[in-house]
Amino acid sequence: MDLLTPELGLFFWTLLAFLSVFFLLRKFAWKPILNALSERETGIAESIATADRLKQEMSQMQNENEKLMAQAREERTQMLKDARIEQERIINKAKEDTKAIADKMLAEARQQIEQQKMAALTEVKNQIGNLAVEVAEKVLRKELAGAENQSKYAHTLVEEIKLN
Amino acid sequence: MVVKRLFSLLVLILTVSITINPVLAQHGPEGHETAAEHGHEAAEEKKGFNASEVIFGHIRDSHYWHLFDLNGHPVSLPLPVIIYHPEKGLEMFSASRFHHGHESYNGYYIDHNVKMKEKIASEDGAAIKDFSITKNVLSMFLSVAILLILMTNVAKKYKKNGSMKAPSGFQNALEPVITFIRDEVAKPNLGSKYMGYMPLLLTVFFFLWLNNMLGLLPGGANFTGNIAVTACLAAVSFIVMMAKSNKHYWSHLLNPPGVPFGIKLLLVPIEIMSMFIKPIALCIRLFANMLAGHIVILSVISMIFIFAALSKVAGIAFAPFSLAFSIFMFSLELLVAAIQAFIFTNLTAVFIGQAIEEPHHGEHAH
Repeated sequence: MDLLTPELGLFFWTLLAFLSVFFLLRKFAWKPILNALSERETGIAESIATADRLKQEMSQMQNENEKLMAQAREERTQMLKDARIEQERIINKAKEDTKAIADKMLAEARQQIEQQKMAALTEVKNQIGNLAVEVAEKVLRKELAGAENQSKYAHTLVEEIKLN
Repeated sequence: MVVKRLFSLLVLILTVSITINPVLAQHGPEGHETAAEHGHEAAEEKKGFNASEVIFGHIRDSHYWHLFDLNGHPVSLPLPVIIYHPEKGLEMFSASRFHHGHESYNGYYIDHNVKMKEKIASEDGAAIKDFSITKNVLSMFLSVAILLILMTNVAKKYKKNGSMKAPSGFQNALEPVITFIRDEVAKPNLGSKYMGYMPLLLTVFFFLWLNNMLGLLPGGANFTGNIAVTACLAAVSFIVMMAKSNKHYWSHLLNPPGVPFGIKLLLVPIEIMSMFIKPIALCIRLFANMLAGHIVILSVISMIFIFAALSKVAGIAFAPFSLAFSIFMFSLELLVAAIQAFIFTNLTAVFIGQAIEEPHHGEHAH
């Protein structure tokens, strides 16, 4: 039974030592160690969360980039298409315009030619007329130099009138 | 203590071919006498090796730190004796004054009638109080010093390196243990308020573990196998438990809900008893485990000497078996040292957890 009865002295010293080691370690060891551990754990958790968030953001950005790229590609195609249409339109319009101008110029030229031709013709006619009159005058002067010739001619004219 | 065992083994190997008797006979006062009187094998057969004397000599607290025996004389470190006498007051002197229990000093003597303890009594029969720095106390002071140095160094490393640097060295060895106590002991048992109890749990765990292992060291003291020590630690747990207990705990203890009145009369005293049995169980469990481990190892070693006392050949023949078994026991005790420290810590956490448990939501149907 001696083993089972605690000695006061040892009890006292144990209590004293345990309590002092408890208070000392609590202040100088456990607090800093536990703080460091929980700090590290929250730090790691935060880092992982940040990494996850960054990853998500990255993929989001990538998606956006792809979307932008696709959009740009589409725009480019559209623009090329538009440009081609525009080009054709411009060419067509140019052709049409040119043709119209050419036609107009041709028409004008033709008109002028016509006018000038007419003027020339009129002049030729006038000249010919004058020449004919002159010739006729000269012929008449020569033919009608006798009285006989004058009455013969008059008869011829009368004959012509009758026929008409 | 184990040093003595191992030393005894060494001594056995060295002396078994020359003479076993004088060395073996030195383990207690009785051994002294036999060695002096007879000194030869013939006389050893009956009184030569007193196993219980040797074993209790090792496991009991002492006012000397016994190192080894040399030529039949114990080589030991006398420790300071501090005695409070109700009339004479406090007295302090070296234990060497007792001359290994053979003489009395200043009216005090070592009472040989008490076998399992080294009890100092007063010649005038006064009820003296012994506050001596005994072997156990000194061993504990040593463990306290080791704990303080190790832990503050580790804490310094944390401060120096910052929290985000990977641990290294002893810090690395300590960290898993600390996180184990936190995650497996404190968190499951104490709930959200676990952080406040971590210093206590860590101190209890490391204090016990270190002392358990120091007790296994050769020449170490049987500190945690002493009931005064375990009673003290259990008392600390009990006081914390009582100080932190809440209304919920007491109302469930004194007025268990949903129980008929007749059964309440029966249940409440049992609950109150269990409240006190918890720390007592803590105390006895650690004490008995550590003590039993020491006794088993010592007994196995003692068997060599018991056989050797019968005949030299039997002693030599049995030595390998005894050695193998004691190595096995020693390994087991190393495991037990950690397990018992863990169990004590865990149960402390469990008991505190019960005392601080908050009422569950929706439990108030009664």
